[in-house]
Amino acid sequence: MDFWPLIKVLPVRTHFRFVRLARLFTPLSALAIIGSLFLTLYPFKPPCGGLACGIDFQGGTVMDISTAPQPADPAKIHAALRGLNLNETVQTAGAPGAALLRFEAPKGADASATVGRVQAALNQAFGRVKFNSTDVVGPTVSGELLGKGLLGLGLAILAMLLYIWFRFELQFGLGAVAALFHDVFLTFGLIAIMGRFGKIEFDLKSVAAILTIIGYSMNDTVVVFDRFRENLRKYKRMPLGEVIDMSINEMLTRTIITSMTAVLALVALAFFGGPTLYGLSVIMLFGIAIGTYSSIYIAAPVILLWGVKRADEEPEIVTAPAR
Amino acid sequence: MMTLARWKVILVLLATLLGLLFTLPNLLPANVVAKLPPFMPKNTLHLGLDLQGGSSLLYSVDTAALQAERLNNTAEEIRGLLHDKQFAFTDLAVANGAITLRPTDATQTNDIVNLLRQSVGAPLAGAGGGRDMTVTATADQRIRVAFVPEAFDAEASKAVEQNIEVIRRRVDTTGAKEINPVRQGKNRIIIEAAGENDPEKLKRLIGQTAKLTFQMVDESASPEDLQAGRIPPGDEVVASSDGIAPSYLVKKRAPVTGEMLTSASPGFDQTTGQPVVQFRMNGAGARRFGDITRQNVGKRFAIILDKKVISAPVIEGPIPGGSGQIHGHFTQESANELSVLLRAGALPAPMKVEEQRTVGAELGADAVRAGATSAIVGLVATMVFMLLIYGMLFGGISLVALGVNALMILGVMSATQATLTLPGIAGLILTLAVAVDANVLIYERMRDELRAGRTLIAAMDAGFARAWGTIFDANMTHIFSALIMFNLGSGPVKGFAWTLAIGVFTTVFSAVLVTQVLLAWWFLTTRPKTLPIGH
Repeated sequence: MDFWPLIKVLPVRTHFRFVRLARLFTPLSALAIIGSLFLTLYPFKPPCGGLACGIDFQGGTVMDISTAPQPADPAKIHAALRGLNLNETVQTAGAPGAALLRFEAPKGADASATVGRVQAALNQAFGRVKFNSTDVVGPTVSGELLGKGLLGLGLAILAMLLYIWFRFELQFGLGAVAALFHDVFLTFGLIAIMGRFGKIEFDLKSVAAILTIIGYSMNDTVVVFDRFRENLRKYKRMPLGEVIDMSINEMLTRTIITSMTAVLALVALAFFGGPTLYGLSVIMLFGIAIGTYSSIYIAAPVILLWGVKRADEEPEIVTAPAR
Repeated sequence: MMTLARWKVILVLLATLLGLLFTLPNLLPANVVAKLPPFMPKNTLHLGLDLQGGSSLLYSVDTAALQAERLNNTAEEIRGLLHDKQFAFTDLAVANGAITLRPTDATQTNDIVNLLRQSVGAPLAGAGGGRDMTVTATADQRIRVAFVPEAFDAEASKAVEQNIEVIRRRVDTTGAKEINPVRQGKNRIIIEAAGENDPEKLKRLIGQTAKLTFQMVDESASPEDLQAGRIPPGDEVVASSDGIAPSYLVKKRAPVTGEMLTSASPGFDQTTGQPVVQFRMNGAGARRFGDITRQNVGKRFAIILDKKVISAPVIEGPIPGGSGQIHGHFTQESANELSVLLRAGALPAPMKVEEQRTVGAELGADAVRAGATSAIVGLVATMVFMLLIYGMLFGGISLVALGVNALMILGVMSATQATLTLPGIAGLILTLAVAVDANVLIYERMRDELRAGRTLIAAMDAGFARAWGTIFDANMTHIFSALIMFNLGSGPVKGFAWTLAIGVFTTVFSAVLVTQVLLAWWFLTTRPKTLPIGH
């Protein structure tokens, strides 16, 4: 077989001139970041701005119910709950009889006790109703969770900056963090757009997904930087832009293969993982894609712009050998 | 490098065996696991509530209410004390975390302050002595009584511990032993109940304060006074529990409380056959109850549970023995529930549900199925992809490393009983899929070195040595994000972080060491001239 293993057929060394295209892509990325920021914040509705706020951060109650074999008629549900003064929204989708109820307990009422009243009212209207899941988040907890979530994102970015600074150089760290901000902002943009179509809510799981993206985007950036640093030492007289191009080209096969395995796993998760994992996997799929892109078109150009020390007397740092 | 160091082989074999040993209980049916010899581990993966179904409840202990209650009781004490000593005062009130009053005769202020300093509040534990309340004369000729803040904080913290104790007693009497209340932070308690689909009953059992008091009904005030809101000093208005009967005016002082009960059990009234709760009091309670019933024949006393009057019977004669029964509009079940609550005692401080998450068992089973399907599809796709790219030998080696990695993750998760959640499964799949990155880095490095003109063995050595630093740095980044995620709270997300973190260590181990041993073995046995992944 001539085509297997495929690695023999893949081009050995590519010579794409990535840096030259940065002039085109970097402004486009800047535009995308501005657009994402706008979508994320507008219409400035607290606490989540333009994102579809999940109850983790907004507080309230979500009940996943099934009235099967009867159809989950929203009008009937509203009628059953009229006396409770909940101002509830009812979303019906998927299986017949399935409905998603979302409401906030009236001011002063115990949100958790309200659940019991809602269950009683629905059981009375429909006979036996199945309550698949119920989530109640109080206002104190939701405020804390949002604070912790945003703090977590900030800390993650700071930790990466410090780590890259420590392992490489400050310029590398700044490049990496620029790439991270790019990835995080664009992901927020994705969550905002998907939120407007009712597909993804901004909740703790989305924050976890973004944190994972930060991890993977960094992973990708580190791999490219590592080769970049090595080549800087090897080719002391080569212009910076060419060293960057060469490093990216050298790692291209690896980048493609690793991204592919991640994409394969995430596509499987998005298709078969059910509604809970759908948002998580879509966010991460997007993140893998832009994480790969940003290593090339954000992190590297920032370094190019800033320049790096290439003093001749700089001692060679030998990577720790595996014993 | 391309030698088989004995310790490396032993380490790899050991890790594989241990991984297998600890993963095994998950793969065998339960009855086989039960029959395993005693030295074999038997723990299976600990599934999160989102996978096995169940409820988690996060309560906050209302320490402000505790403070208000202590202040109100103290105010009543002061009222009694000053009456006894014949000090005249006005404006006794509790507001803004303090009790204030105004002596009618300003010259008595110092005497009152001194009296209160000796008798108000509880003595502090510890060598310093003193009391947990301070008494001061204020500029506007009032006397102010307030808690020493640190002393109250300590008391609030103790109340949270006591709440946990009471919850444990309540839960134990129902036989649901696997429910374990855990303190979280300063004033929160988290309760996880696996398999509990209907937390409403659990909430009634756990969340109810169950503070029972017997208070005399004050029938001296006219309905007109009550209508106008003129409540005699030392009295309070308490609503009835059914919400239909009118409210009662009762004396604030409660001579008999639920703490004096020694037993409570459900039963039936002998004449009407209605469900009732029968109780028995301890010596002190029985004496007081006897005194009160003797002195107040023909009057009514109110039985009050959590600021609601359950019933207010007329005392028909002295009740000396300290036992009796509570009539309410009980069903058999609610009589039983109240008995359990009374036996276990009242919560020292009231609690409020801050967060509640319930997943039905069916939804949990669906989640397990979805997780398993996506795991299989995702991993098989990754494996096929690696075989396609790197061929049977090098692709195969990366798959063996992947297998060892998976065994180690599952083994560690089972052994440590870390919670596996649905997002955790996603983390697991992703970790494994990207674990092959380490193999890819090593292989690509080898090919680079070959192209640079090194000999086969030198290229393989350099592949490992040079790729190692990259693999280390790249994996460290995941540790940071996992650590931060772990601190975000929420069970499912914690599970995700935990799987990611374990995965980083097992990945570095398996990708580097397992791959190295297998490649060295291949190299030593076949003495190849070229790499099958070519250049």
